[in-house]
Amino acid sequence: MPQAFLLLVSLQLAGDVASRLAGLPVPGMVIGLALLFAILCLRARRLGRERAVPAGLAAVAGGLHATLGLLFVPAGVGILAHLPLFAHEGPAILAAVVASTLAAIAVTAAIAARRRARTRGPAMLPAEARR
Amino acid sequence: MSESLGAVLSGHATLLFLALTLGAWALAVALWQAGGRHALLNPTLVAIALVAAALAATGSDVARYQAETSVIHLLLGPAVVALAVPLFRHAPAVAARAVPLAVALVVGAVLNCVVALGVLAALGGTAATLVSLAPKSATAAVSMAVSAETGGIAALTAVVTILAGIVGAVAGPALLDRLGIADPLARGFGIGLASHGIGTARAFQESEAAGTASGLAMGLNAVLTALIVPVVLRLLGLLP
Repeated sequence: MPQAFLLLVSLQLAGDVASRLAGLPVPGMVIGLALLFAILCLRARRLGRERAVPAGLAAVAGGLHATLGLLFVPAGVGILAHLPLFAHEGPAILAAVVASTLAAIAVTAAIAARRRARTRGPAMLPAEARR
Repeated sequence: MSESLGAVLSGHATLLFLALTLGAWALAVALWQAGGRHALLNPTLVAIALVAAALAATGSDVARYQAETSVIHLLLGPAVVALAVPLFRHAPAVAARAVPLAVALVVGAVLNCVVALGVLAALGGTAATLVSLAPKSATAAVSMAVSAETGGIAALTAVVTILAGIVGAVAGPALLDRLGIADPLARGFGIGLASHGIGTARAFQESEAAGTASGLAMGLNAVLTALIVPVVLRLLGLLP
């Protein structure tokens, strides 16, 4: 567990440093995600076991993602401090956010759901089967 | 000489605010489960309301609350890096759909930005507000950076970014049900593109596949938004 956390924190740090030094428009945590993905691919190839993830890392990732919604509570509460920004254009801002968010979700999902015979992939396996 | 209770508690503000946040989250999850997982009982939304009510009732400073609970916010970084784990598990299914996902990403990101700006402009939004809303669907760190770079109000961008997350997390799944889109990959991808982390938290409640696709869309759209928002704003004459 501590090793898994060390890995996650180190990769985020490496991503942050790379993002700053190279002036990339990508947040360090996203670069860290890509690095971890690459590490998992290399490890699975070395072990000769497809889709294998270290148990500790899988546990930490599972825990973080199960409580992901909690991590946004402090930022959400922060909205309160900025309510005056809504004084003048509040309804227009709200309408723009609701309309664009729902339109984007509908259109993006509709395109993503399209399958042609050539691009049809294997059915998504249940998560448990991968563990 | 003993201290007053108030003085002791104010010296433990971090623990108090952490306990408040974790308690509000536990209560919000219990309410959500008791309410048959109703979309409006979204645990993030309810926990935010509970904490906000507690802060208002005790006259606590919101900025102080945010500073004291920064450790919770800090965990977001490792949580995003850890998205590589479910992504790795589902990589074959994602790779098999690479083309539709790439098209969905680009069309969705551009449409999102254009609809937001169009609605706002039609309702009389000022230029500063338009610029501040343009990057709202990227994860907060990116949306605020893009906003600052393009002359927006970063604080307003932070607020509308959270708002986009909540709207998509609460209304997105019901909208997709109505459209008859059941495929977990497609559902997650749409929600994550528009509603970043808060949407991804919601998508993980549906299934690991949906959460994975949502996290992938969030990561990809963070990059794409940083690239296309300045271009869109320039085309619309909002940037020199």
